[in-house]
Amino acid sequence: MTAADLAASRRDAGARDDARDGARRDSIRIDLQLIADMVAPGSRVLDVGCGDGMLLDYLVHFKGVDGRGIELSQDGVNACVTQGLSVIQGDADTDLRDYPSDAFDYVVLSQTLQATVNPRGVLHELVRIGRHAIVSFPNFGYWRVRAQLLLSGRMPRTHALLHDWYDTPNIHLCTITDFVDLAAHMQIAIERALTLDRTGTHVRERKGVLANLFGEQAVFLLSGRVPRR
Amino acid sequence: MNAPLGSAALGRVSTNPSLPEQLPGHHLDFPHDQPLRLDCGVDLAPFRLAYQTYGTLNAERSNAILVLHALTGDQYVAEPHPITGKPGWWDLMIGPGKPLDLERYFLICVNVLGGCMGTTGPRDVDPATGKPYGLSFPVITIADMVRAQVRVIDHLGIDQLFCVIGGSMGGMQVLQWVAAYPERVFAAVPIATAARHSAQNIAFHEVGRQAIMADPDWCNGDYLNAGKHPHRGLAVARMAAHITYLSEMSLHRKFGRNLQNRLSLSFGFDADFQVESYLRHQGSTFVERFDANSYLYITRAMDYFDLAAEHGGVLADAFRGTATRFCVVSFTSDWLFPTSESRALVHALNAVAANVSFVEIPTDRGHDAFLLEEPELWAVLGGFLNGCAEHRGLRRR
Repeated sequence: MTAADLAASRRDAGARDDARDGARRDSIRIDLQLIADMVAPGSRVLDVGCGDGMLLDYLVHFKGVDGRGIELSQDGVNACVTQGLSVIQGDADTDLRDYPSDAFDYVVLSQTLQATVNPRGVLHELVRIGRHAIVSFPNFGYWRVRAQLLLSGRMPRTHALLHDWYDTPNIHLCTITDFVDLAAHMQIAIERALTLDRTGTHVRERKGVLANLFGEQAVFLLSGRVPRR
Repeated sequence: MNAPLGSAALGRVSTNPSLPEQLPGHHLDFPHDQPLRLDCGVDLAPFRLAYQTYGTLNAERSNAILVLHALTGDQYVAEPHPITGKPGWWDLMIGPGKPLDLERYFLICVNVLGGCMGTTGPRDVDPATGKPYGLSFPVITIADMVRAQVRVIDHLGIDQLFCVIGGSMGGMQVLQWVAAYPERVFAAVPIATAARHSAQNIAFHEVGRQAIMADPDWCNGDYLNAGKHPHRGLAVARMAAHITYLSEMSLHRKFGRNLQNRLSLSFGFDADFQVESYLRHQGSTFVERFDANSYLYITRAMDYFDLAAEHGGVLADAFRGTATRFCVVSFTSDWLFPTSESRALVHALNAVAANVSFVEIPTDRGHDAFLLEEPELWAVLGGFLNGCAEHRGLRRR
């Protein structure tokens, strides 16, 4: 699922929640809930690619965080600020380098890593400006993805990968194993690793071969051992 | 807090015949022993600050919003102008359900130092000579304007402003407020502005100043003593400036190549085109309410503004340690203070991990959009101020 899809689904979910619960959402999409559960109450959080602010709004109002957001789409930004959230228009690839080191307790990058131009550079910035980083992405090693490529001979399309090869914003897809390898190479510590299927009913704490085969999405809690700039 | 707070008994010092004898609103007079130290080194005294307020200051004095006006604006934000009779310049922004809701907030707006709507400026009488200052008025800066406003805020007994907000030159003052008095500003909204005046903007201002100074009725700045007014020069300055406040798209949409009250070209230099007629009208109405020397001084103050230069060339250092919540706003079609200027400001604020929101409002109406009906701007500002009010613990009355 790309940032654009995600924004659309967040909007839909938000509209449904609004209709049901009044203005404030007290429940959010399962993958966002997993991220929220990793965040300590009252901490400082930067949500990179915050969409229309669903996660940020939840964190601010139910976990009392000092929350900020960066969002590429101006529509998303304006929607966030109109809700009273502190959000700027910006690009994960270019605008993270402005922030000082250790400016936040958590920096969240939800379903966006695979759409960045330089995922390694972005990861470096995440663990530099945050004491922790929380990164989620669709797993290209998921068995259905592998099976589609193997059996159909075509680029896979799944619930997490909605686009055709020629119009996808996902330019740097990876598997869970790929991600674990890169983290090790960059000396980034993996504090927690969760996988979930598309409905979110099977959440498991794992990052090995089985995670790579059966996890449709992954959520990692990271901390940087890289030297502070 | 709505009663007149100034010392009206001291009488007016203005010599401008076009100013109504008693301007609506308040004023404060500062005598010789309370001078204002200016950036140029001069101690200005005595001086007067004219200001206007709307709404009610709450018991905690925590709901005050300082509205900062632009180059040719004044303190009449939300009421008919005493000279032109036109609605307040930000009337659209103020009222129930609007971002600046007087049921909730107490608004203050001070006529800037060097201005010509009651605050001391070049057309007022220099007590040392008994004649209007003219060009002997000291050159003032954005920081001087803000220093003067602090006197009003102190007088009102307000420790911390809930918000400072303004567009264009008003936005420059917002930035100066936060840089100079960080603990006195809870939230800051700089709109369509920049942390420094660009070379192009200085260039446009120079065209305007030269137009005024080329008018023989300017009399080397001494026109008041000569009983004259450089209306033609000031009108041309306004016409040139007015173009920069609009966009090509909005000019085209409004006027195209339409002819003014005629069916064919005149083969002369009358205002054949509607756009010419419009600009002439803008120029001629402006001179009724604005002083030419004030225009020189205030444009100069904008030219001199460079917040980074005052902080060792590093803009971020102007905001280091700030706890103020920012909402930076730009407009897509504003080429006078383009989005890139706002983005530079946001980068500096990010570098000190400030609490900042940044929105670019899509509009084809250019720089002037902040004064016009822009529902998306209102929604964003309303949301931002609501969020801040929640954090500040402000309740609706």
